[in-house]
Amino acid sequence: MDSVTSQNNKSGTIAGIDVGGTFTDLLIFDASGRVAFAKSPTTLDNQAFGVMNALSDSGKSLHDIDVIVHGTTTTTNAVLERKLARTGMITTRGFRDIIELGRRTRPQPYGMFGEFTPVIPRSLRIEVSERLDADGNVLTPLNVDELKSAVQSLINHGCESLVIHFLHAYANPQHELQAARVAASIWPNAYITTGHSLLSEYREFERGVTASVNASVQPILDNYLEKLQKELKSSGYQRDLLVMNGNGGMVSAANVAREAAKTVMSGPASGVMAAAYTGRRAGIDKLITYDMGGTSSDVALILDSVPSVSHELDIEYAMPIHVPMVDVRTIGSGGGSIASVNDAGLLQVGPESAGAAPGPICYGKGGTRVTISDANLMLGRLNPDTLLSVDNPVSLDAVRQSVKEQIGSALNLETDTAAGAVLTIANNKMAGAVRMVSLSRGHDPRDFVLFAFGGAGPLHAVAIARELGIPRVLVPARPGITNALGCVVADLRHDFVNTVNRPLDNVDSDLISGILQRQSAQGRKLIDAEVIDIESVEYRYSADMQFIGQTHLLNVPIPSIDTTAPALQQLFEKAYLERFHVELSEIRANLVNLNTTVIGAKAPVDLGLLIDANQQKRSLDEARIQSRAVWFDGHWLDTPVYQREFIPHSATLIGPAIIEQMDTTIVIEPDCRATSDTDGNLLIEVN
Amino acid sequence: MSTAIADDPITLAVIQSSLQQVCDEMDLSFSRAAFSPIIAEANDRSDGIYAADNGELIAQGALGLPVFVGTMQFSTRVLIEMIASGAVAAPQPGDIYIVNDPYLGGTHLMDVRFAMPYYVDGEIFCWLSNTGHWPDIGGAVPGGFSANATAVEQEGLRIPPVKLFKRGVLDSEIYSIICSNVRVADQRIGDVKAQSAALLVGQERLDQLVERYGAAGLKAAIEELRRRASTQMRHRIEEIDDGTYSGSAIVDSDGVVDEPLTIQVNICKRQGELHIDFDGTSAPCAGPMNSVLATTQSSVYLAMRHIFPDVPINAGAFEPLHIKDPEGTFLYAKYPRPVSGCAAEVSQRIAEAVFAALVPALPHRVSAAPAGTSGNFALGGFDPERERSFVMYQLSGGGYGGNHDHDGLTNGCSTIGISKSPPVEVMEQYFPVLYREYSLREGSGGAGEYRGGFGIKYSIELRRGEATASFVMDHGRVGPQGVLGGMDGMPNTVTVWRDGEAYIPRHLSKDQGISIKAGDRVEVCTPGGGGFGNPADRPLSKIQSDLENSYYTEQQIKDSYGVDLP
Repeated sequence: MDSVTSQNNKSGTIAGIDVGGTFTDLLIFDASGRVAFAKSPTTLDNQAFGVMNALSDSGKSLHDIDVIVHGTTTTTNAVLERKLARTGMITTRGFRDIIELGRRTRPQPYGMFGEFTPVIPRSLRIEVSERLDADGNVLTPLNVDELKSAVQSLINHGCESLVIHFLHAYANPQHELQAARVAASIWPNAYITTGHSLLSEYREFERGVTASVNASVQPILDNYLEKLQKELKSSGYQRDLLVMNGNGGMVSAANVAREAAKTVMSGPASGVMAAAYTGRRAGIDKLITYDMGGTSSDVALILDSVPSVSHELDIEYAMPIHVPMVDVRTIGSGGGSIASVNDAGLLQVGPESAGAAPGPICYGKGGTRVTISDANLMLGRLNPDTLLSVDNPVSLDAVRQSVKEQIGSALNLETDTAAGAVLTIANNKMAGAVRMVSLSRGHDPRDFVLFAFGGAGPLHAVAIARELGIPRVLVPARPGITNALGCVVADLRHDFVNTVNRPLDNVDSDLISGILQRQSAQGRKLIDAEVIDIESVEYRYSADMQFIGQTHLLNVPIPSIDTTAPALQQLFEKAYLERFHVELSEIRANLVNLNTTVIGAKAPVDLGLLIDANQQKRSLDEARIQSRAVWFDGHWLDTPVYQREFIPHSATLIGPAIIEQMDTTIVIEPDCRATSDTDGNLLIEVN
Repeated sequence: MSTAIADDPITLAVIQSSLQQVCDEMDLSFSRAAFSPIIAEANDRSDGIYAADNGELIAQGALGLPVFVGTMQFSTRVLIEMIASGAVAAPQPGDIYIVNDPYLGGTHLMDVRFAMPYYVDGEIFCWLSNTGHWPDIGGAVPGGFSANATAVEQEGLRIPPVKLFKRGVLDSEIYSIICSNVRVADQRIGDVKAQSAALLVGQERLDQLVERYGAAGLKAAIEELRRRASTQMRHRIEEIDDGTYSGSAIVDSDGVVDEPLTIQVNICKRQGELHIDFDGTSAPCAGPMNSVLATTQSSVYLAMRHIFPDVPINAGAFEPLHIKDPEGTFLYAKYPRPVSGCAAEVSQRIAEAVFAALVPALPHRVSAAPAGTSGNFALGGFDPERERSFVMYQLSGGGYGGNHDHDGLTNGCSTIGISKSPPVEVMEQYFPVLYREYSLREGSGGAGEYRGGFGIKYSIELRRGEATASFVMDHGRVGPQGVLGGMDGMPNTVTVWRDGEAYIPRHLSKDQGISIKAGDRVEVCTPGGGGFGNPADRPLSKIQSDLENSYYTEQQIKDSYGVDLP
């Protein structure tokens, strides 16, 4: 796609709002080609207040906004904190404990401790007589009387929503559908989730948890969106509200709760969508995204400008949400990761984290243990004048003293060297984790560009890329609001998965095209029903396959809806060889799932608008705001500090350098070369 | 240069994580490319780096199967000794040895080890080795878990250390001998390729480390890291007061002679070290519940690793643990004693005895006894509808013991494993069976201030044809022990319902060759975890919630907690 300087956004004025753990970010692209930003503290109890504050801070009238796209962590928080709606489950006789038993695991390979709380308590899970076999044949008919009394009992227990989860419903949904009808007739309720409806895939634990999460966050999401829409309406917004899904697409607020589980992970997904969009415009189609926050970092892969999607993600221990979501992996280091010296006399960073509270020492909120952020501050990488402002009771000396006591003395190192060591170890560890994420998907990280965002990503990205042999780092114009940008650039998107699970040589080619056609038509219908204008509709097909005798799945893209079974065999063997470097053509393939993604693309957004050309200075010298001593590789170097907005777009700068902007700080390691492009991206060549 | 690296704590820490990374990448590569689900999905494999001179463990993948903690250092050491004595052909670059002999530093026959010398400038710098659990290794029963074998020959093919790859090329003659002796041999090539490829991944990554730090620097760092790991373990051990601690665990039977076997462990803590003996342990047994020395030692290591998970796995961490060879006991089996039960069952019970010994000394770090069995149920038969034979395995979890902080986990994986159990929906697709029930086993967790987690109960019906059932399980005589006043969890039970009549195996948890036909059912209840602390100290609100969720009946609550709840 060419970069176009549009005077008008075809979609009119679009606002993207992302609610993060600390801040709510707003980004508005208006119809006349201007961009507005706002940042407001997140209001945890009711995120709507933070959203409304950000909107009012932006200075825009809500009357003038055509579309608001919203990324929310409402459902994520509800699941992680188990603040869920009271939900009941009706399930096959003999199987009510499926979501509590899991797959016989423990949280960590070593250590016999660990706890697990099921999404729905045992007392609200009721069995009824019914049974299908694996081919979907009815062995025991659904006992409607038992069903009715189960429903009544759950109503009496004060349930707000209901899950109906029967064994083998993916093979034949008849009993689940019948049960849902009966339940609805005695309990008119918008929150009835059947197991097969979200994901028609085998594996009863995963499907059951997914359905349970869905039902138990539906009322919460709906309540929240209702409150927000009311606020928006009373402030003059007349149009539909769209909500980001974890698959990187958006859906209207009116429909989103039906599949509420899909909004879990929507924040991280939107960041990756923005990265893919930014990369595509910059002509870079293979990216590893690296989003470093306060407690952890998120890593994802983008291939051919398309973020990798997985429907096998666990959002925490034994909490699988098996709906297609952008495959974002969390690695255990963030700015708040604690550095300490262990009994072996070795420095370690993490896994303990100071998180947001008490936070790093330098935040002055009571943190006493040295963190990655403290080391960055002490070594001049973060600006002490900004961080240690008047209302912050902590001094740089206090941070130094802690580094000296907690790290330097124990290792017998100078305090500066000790702080440098914290960064070395942290970068080494993060690089290793990024590498594992890439390798586990079968890719060599050196073939990618590292896309750094989030508040702290650009502080570490160049050092991490260097460690990994990644040749280039891309820092977008506004790293701190990448998730909000993801909301603005998101398309409508619907994903479908159907289990086939048969040897490929027993699969009729008509069956393949039949399923794909059905999925496509279903997606098209949903997209047509949305109020937003669409420029084009795109269909993506893929198959999940394996060799017979294996259990792990490989996702194989299918180029056309008319693909035959023999063609699929070839595609699979090729993909298998590429991924595992093992050729096994003598063994037969199994077709497990067929998948379709239907995307309704919005009009493109001109990212060039994210930078204000009027602020740019004529020369790099003028863009320099100060210089300060910064620690690189064991030495203090006098390092120029630039204001990001001032840097002329054709400029090239050579590290060491620090670039500051409102939402992040970028560290250019010595001898690395950074250039900026017309979208305001900074491309750093790693030496 | 080399001493400089060993003295530089920053570089040392980086090298430590780099070595770990090498092993983690080997693990990943092995799992991802492996053909068999038991390796690919259940991660029944491990990869590591071993010292050139004595095979001592340098580093091992974090996600290796726990039972392999330390085992490969024994097999690598034996290999090095056999090469030195001329019993095994000397290595050349690119050679990969294969071995599964349990008595040469192994576990059971199914665990097949590969070892490859890693050269720097023409000298062996270290060994790379891995273990993978092959789905079959020949022998009397598919899968290798014969419940009543009396000699190792009945358990499968025993491979001495030989070069499977010579200068990088697969020796097709040796390979054909292996293939002629294992079941479903055509799929094995996928595992062999994956297992050898993982070693090559390790080689490539080590090359980068050698390039970065130099061979001498890396060597010095490895030695220093070994020393520091031992310091770290000594620090941890200092949390234990000086004295002697004893614990025991009872194995139901050996599968042949119906008598319990006792594992007795005595741990003497002095001067930052632990002296461990198994005096009082039963003599070698006739059936397959013997353990070989490497597995016995490894089981102690894995127990310590569960107790101190932050100490890195390398030979230094094992240094303060002095394990007296348990000569004359079933924990030091010699040829030709059958050993198939050692890795999956006996190893867990050894760990359990260690936990039992140390829980009074380390109540904040050790839990009450976990279920302690892998719950291996195998069903083999012929499916008349699909016209094919089948063998299915149902492995299951059980309750974990309560601990000082919370109740035990329900349906946790065995201490020695990390693998997931297969979904019911998958089992019913592949095999002619119908699960009538797969549920939480009510009442099975031992009462305590923090109660044990619950085992599971399942009931599997054969839908068509005829089949033969076998079981290698444990904890059928006594439940997992409660500690510090907590009560025991419920023991394992096996019931086979034939024509409506119950058959209970004579050895309770072990049996084989039980014929069943369509309509017959196998019902298994796995153990609950032991309780931790006095039940009287459990808050009423938790007891109420246990009742509300039908985890216990009113009567059980009255009996265990002495409270009458409506």
